[in-house]
Amino acid sequence: MSEAEFEGIVESRWSGGASPFAINSKKLGMWLFIVSDSLTFSALLISYAYVRLETPNWPRPFEIWPAIAKSSFMTFVLLSSSLTMVLGVNAAFRGDRKKTVRYLIATIIFGIAFVLIHATEWVTLFSEGVTPWGNPWGVPLFGGTFFGLTGLHMLHVTIGVAYLAIIAWGFGKGKYTAEHVEVSGLYWHFVDLVWMFIFPMVYLLSVNPK
Amino acid sequence: MSAHGHAELTHEHSVGTTRLFSIVWVWLLLLTAVEVFLAYERLEVHLMITILVGLSLIKAALIMSYFMHLRFERLGLFLLLVPAMVFCICMMLIMFFPDSIRLMNLRPH
Repeated sequence: MSEAEFEGIVESRWSGGASPFAINSKKLGMWLFIVSDSLTFSALLISYAYVRLETPNWPRPFEIWPAIAKSSFMTFVLLSSSLTMVLGVNAAFRGDRKKTVRYLIATIIFGIAFVLIHATEWVTLFSEGVTPWGNPWGVPLFGGTFFGLTGLHMLHVTIGVAYLAIIAWGFGKGKYTAEHVEVSGLYWHFVDLVWMFIFPMVYLLSVNPK
Repeated sequence: MSAHGHAELTHEHSVGTTRLFSIVWVWLLLLTAVEVFLAYERLEVHLMITILVGLSLIKAALIMSYFMHLRFERLGLFLLLVPAMVFCICMMLIMFFPDSIRLMNLRPH
């Protein structure tokens, strides 16, 4: 956004109409997307809670070591990626292109690490016979909800990694502005936020009670 | 008023400092550690789910206010986004509540 356009938004703050929230259209668009996407995730979480409640012999298969330890580490990775992202946004607004790109690359590396650790976890579960369609405990819905929720989240992380890579490349070249970085940051923090619900609801509530 | 608004907006993106964001990050990690500890202690499910949802909402609020800059935006944006979302989630839950309570009572204890 050019300086003049930015001034225009500032001027319109109190005259009403043009920009009632004093943010650019990209940012408002991303916020509205985030609201609708969080409703998708809420619907999935609610349906997971419902089928879990409805099934008396719902399995609680996760041991503290390694499953919970692994997912806790994944939480740490995702939270750290949010920190590097927000520092990247700050650097972008300071006009420090080099630092911004470095922070974005750090965020991308954290994101890829998250997906890889998650994938090894899935592979372990597959090898134990836990698939989206069935499992040794005879409750196929466990797989359906578990892989549905974590899979949709993993898809978001993967798309986020690609999105950040494009933004980092474009911002490094001077094609994109700090606003682009900020809007991609909103998406990335949202992916982190969703995990803050999936981690306790899906993993911590499924700790093996023995 | 307009001059004041101008000053506010130019400061908008320099509000958060590295220190502030690091503190938020440490808090998020601490809350996560508490959650994992509760799982390790294997609390009773009803108590556990109440505490976990509470802690998750605090974490979500921290992420939205600081990382997603909502605290530094105008109040109007918050009022546009959050109440509508909370309302929609409550509406979804209302469809499930009566049936869930019936199912809970049907379960063998």
